[in-house]
Amino acid sequence: MKFGVVVFPGSNCDHDAYYALKHNLGYEVCFLWHKESIIPKDLDCIILPGGFSYGDYLRTGAIARFSPIMSEVINFSKKGGLVLGICNGFQILTEASLLPGALLKNNSLRFICKDVYLKVKNNNTPFTSLLELGQILRIPIAHFEGNYFADEDTIKQLEDNDQIVFQYCDKDGNVNEFSNPNGSLKSIAGITNKRKNVLGMMPHPERYCDPVLGGTDGTLIFKSIVDFILK
Amino acid sequence: MQKFNAKVKVMLKKGILDVQGKTVENSLKTLGFDNIANIRIGKFITFDVEADTIEKAKEIANSAVDKLLYNPNIETYYLEIESIEGNI
Repeated sequence: MKFGVVVFPGSNCDHDAYYALKHNLGYEVCFLWHKESIIPKDLDCIILPGGFSYGDYLRTGAIARFSPIMSEVINFSKKGGLVLGICNGFQILTEASLLPGALLKNNSLRFICKDVYLKVKNNNTPFTSLLELGQILRIPIAHFEGNYFADEDTIKQLEDNDQIVFQYCDKDGNVNEFSNPNGSLKSIAGITNKRKNVLGMMPHPERYCDPVLGGTDGTLIFKSIVDFILK
Repeated sequence: MQKFNAKVKVMLKKGILDVQGKTVENSLKTLGFDNIANIRIGKFITFDVEADTIEKAKEIANSAVDKLLYNPNIETYYLEIESIEGNI
């Protein structure tokens, strides 16, 4: 079981992801420089980390999406490899059309950095296999552009295919406008592609993998991935 | 070869709430501009293109916009292209 964490110029959660996987969870993990055009053959899961790739110039993720390694990430996902995009990674995945929709500016027009609660809407994915349907996780967000948007048809497809994996909720699991931090349609915090091997999420599971940092709910997502791969 | 200049205006699609525009609009209203409404904020991008004809230049410019400069999921764009004086 091996993870790869892509490093784009401007990524700033790459080391957090690496540390969480290697030191908190004890998994094998390597960095993947964005200019590489080949990736190790023994990778099981590629992580596109959070940050401000290419300074968020033009649109978040728009330029990173054309980094040489992205061709390999796309090929990897087409073969069924697991890809997890966190925050800026989610934005890159939408720009690369590996996931539908786009992330707009938060409706508050503020950068939001705080803990949120997430409701598990689909536990039948490689990323949520150890979670219960409806389970509530506490994981931090830190973004300015996390307001998920897609046209009506796309939202319907997401719902029909069970692609909405996480929704923002309050601590009791209520999903409503008050528990929606950024204006995302359907309170979407994370979605997969149709095949369920690519997950994009705005919250940062890698930041809650160490009790010292205030929470460990993030570990459940990485443990799910490993459980899925090893099964 | 001739040189052309492209001007691209990228706007959020109609119907998508432009929170930035809304905030600026509210600010103008507090400054007393009661007659101003529907502010929307976009991007203005210019670049030069070398091509044999204006049609070819437009084709290249459109292709660049489609590939990178706008996101069809959320944005629309308007492209203008004009010749720059003198051949190269």
